[in-house]
Amino acid sequence: MGWTAITEAFRSLKGRGERALVAYLMGGDPDPSRSLEYLCAAAEGGADLLEVGIPFSDPVADGPTIQAAGLRALESGATTETVLEVVRGLKREYPVPLVLMGYYNPILRFGEGAFCTAAAECGVDGLIVPDLPPEEAAPLRDAAERVGLGLVFLATPETVGQRLDLILRHTRGFLYLVSRYGTTGERERLSREIPRLVGRVRERGGQVPIAVGFGISRPEHIRTVLEAGADGAVVGSRLVREVGKGAPPEALARLVRELKAATLP
Amino acid sequence: MRLSELPRGGKFGPFGGRYVPEILIPCLEELEEAYEKFREEEGFREELEGYLRDYAGRPTPLYFARNLTRYVGGAKIYLKREDLLHGGAHKINNALGQALLAKRMGKGRIIAETGAGQHGTACAIAGAVLGLKVEIYMGALDAERQRMNLFRMRLLGAEVHLVDSGSRTLKDAINEALRDWAEHVRTTHYLIGSVVGPHPYPMMVRDFQSVIGREIREQVWDAEGKLPDLLVACVGGGSNAMGTFYPFADDENVALLGVEAGGDGVRHSASLVRGEVGVLHGMRTYLLQDEWGQIRETHSIAPGLDYPGVGPEHALWRELGRAEYTTVTDEQALEAFALLSRLEGIIPALESAHAVYAALERAREMPREAVVVITLSGRGDKDLDIVLRATEARSRGATVPGGEDGLDRHH
Repeated sequence: MGWTAITEAFRSLKGRGERALVAYLMGGDPDPSRSLEYLCAAAEGGADLLEVGIPFSDPVADGPTIQAAGLRALESGATTETVLEVVRGLKREYPVPLVLMGYYNPILRFGEGAFCTAAAECGVDGLIVPDLPPEEAAPLRDAAERVGLGLVFLATPETVGQRLDLILRHTRGFLYLVSRYGTTGERERLSREIPRLVGRVRERGGQVPIAVGFGISRPEHIRTVLEAGADGAVVGSRLVREVGKGAPPEALARLVRELKAATLP
Repeated sequence: MRLSELPRGGKFGPFGGRYVPEILIPCLEELEEAYEKFREEEGFREELEGYLRDYAGRPTPLYFARNLTRYVGGAKIYLKREDLLHGGAHKINNALGQALLAKRMGKGRIIAETGAGQHGTACAIAGAVLGLKVEIYMGALDAERQRMNLFRMRLLGAEVHLVDSGSRTLKDAINEALRDWAEHVRTTHYLIGSVVGPHPYPMMVRDFQSVIGREIREQVWDAEGKLPDLLVACVGGGSNAMGTFYPFADDENVALLGVEAGGDGVRHSASLVRGEVGVLHGMRTYLLQDEWGQIRETHSIAPGLDYPGVGPEHALWRELGRAEYTTVTDEQALEAFALLSRLEGIIPALESAHAVYAALERAREMPREAVVVITLSGRGDKDLDIVLRATEARSRGATVPGGEDGLDRHH
């Protein structure tokens, strides 16, 4: 349990010649009960790590697809607490490692200590807080570490030198490498900079697992990212789009299976 | 430590900070460095002062409002006439400052958020005169309410993007501007319009707006031979108020009163008076939020006050009691709007009318030798539509709550 379970998952996949497929879905989207079905479908489809969003009214790091998912969740009455309940339900069925991705204000409002305790108790292994850079993160990091949760930090194409070292030093479980400028969302093409970005992190980061996200939606994108040396690829908006159009959970599981195939040797 | 020496490490006590996606951090560091460098540079200061004087119309007058003073029957009331600036509001002080800085930094594209359109207009003006490409994000709902400002910005050469996400108002326009910036951070300067956002914005915008308070200090000294007893300004994000207050930060005998929008009594925008601490738009400050930390929709008849957060420096000053903050309702603001128009021939912005109302209530209780300065942050021409509609609604018998304790009752 906890962030060591995440690191361990990356390590054992690597041992089998595989890499990780990280599947993102918004918690509570389109409503708490169907959200649980979709998350189970993603686990069933073979996602190695699940990333579950906590809906927020003002998600500045997200593009239109995930913004809409957050609004759907909020309109259905989802709260931080219902998302935790969904996670608890999922982890009862599937032992897959799981991180929550949530903006800072709802966590602050819940209480950093109370939130980490509740999350750990529901089976969460790590947290990603996209508007919390390391300089501001000490209180949450301490609260997370007390219960074994890993606070995962993000590096971007702008993150170089000492700043990259700082982030690598602080991140727990893995490093989330943002593939390009801008927000989350599907794109036709991947940034051509990805091999250079992964190389830069690898050079300074040693053994920290690297998962690349933003704009990855197709098997060929995943292959490109993994060939560049990443340990995993994060697919979000592509999956959220299925939920948005009301696809049956089996269709989501099928899609995850196709994406997962791109991570096999 | 003196209040005027803040921020330290990007913070005003526990408030402020830099809560933004990692992609923006290097750029904020670069901006801070550039600002620290150019603020001291003589060439930059002279260029900015030149534009403020010859183009924007500084210094603005400090006007002794004789009729208003007589009407109230208390302290002497002065009006700081930011409404006479080019563009019709104090926003130009900051827009010119940051646009010149952007030029020095080699950024040819400016993006900005706007609520009512005042800051967007100021940016469009600054962009036109300085030859910068300007793109403005405006909530689609706000744009419907402010069609003239939309037209004005486009006329001035700005491209206006209507924002359809979230509540389709100012906070969503800020979100969208932040998203744009994350994508174009290398080539673009985000020209934030108030003392809000991640460090260094609250400090930088305060500094550019502090010209208001510095002039007040000199002008009151010339007219009265002393410092003012009370300064009053409206607070949305808080830039005209902080610009007014900051040069008096360490003068403890000068009382400061910030006036937030009390709205219709139920819905409001009073982040400092009724909000709770949280993190939004890169800063830790007082916010209007629900029990789960979701940001609430706000309301004010004054579009420029309609924001769920407030500048972090105000948050600290509130906690320390250095400034006092109060609310004025829509109805009271309308009353002050009419009163100032009738008595002094000055139509104030609805935002500024909030400050006028609160100031008159205070002035009434103060001795005749006391001096009160109200910052008139903008002119009211932009609000005539809103006021006309509100007046018509009232004459049809619709009641607007909050007006029972009106100014006229005391006379």
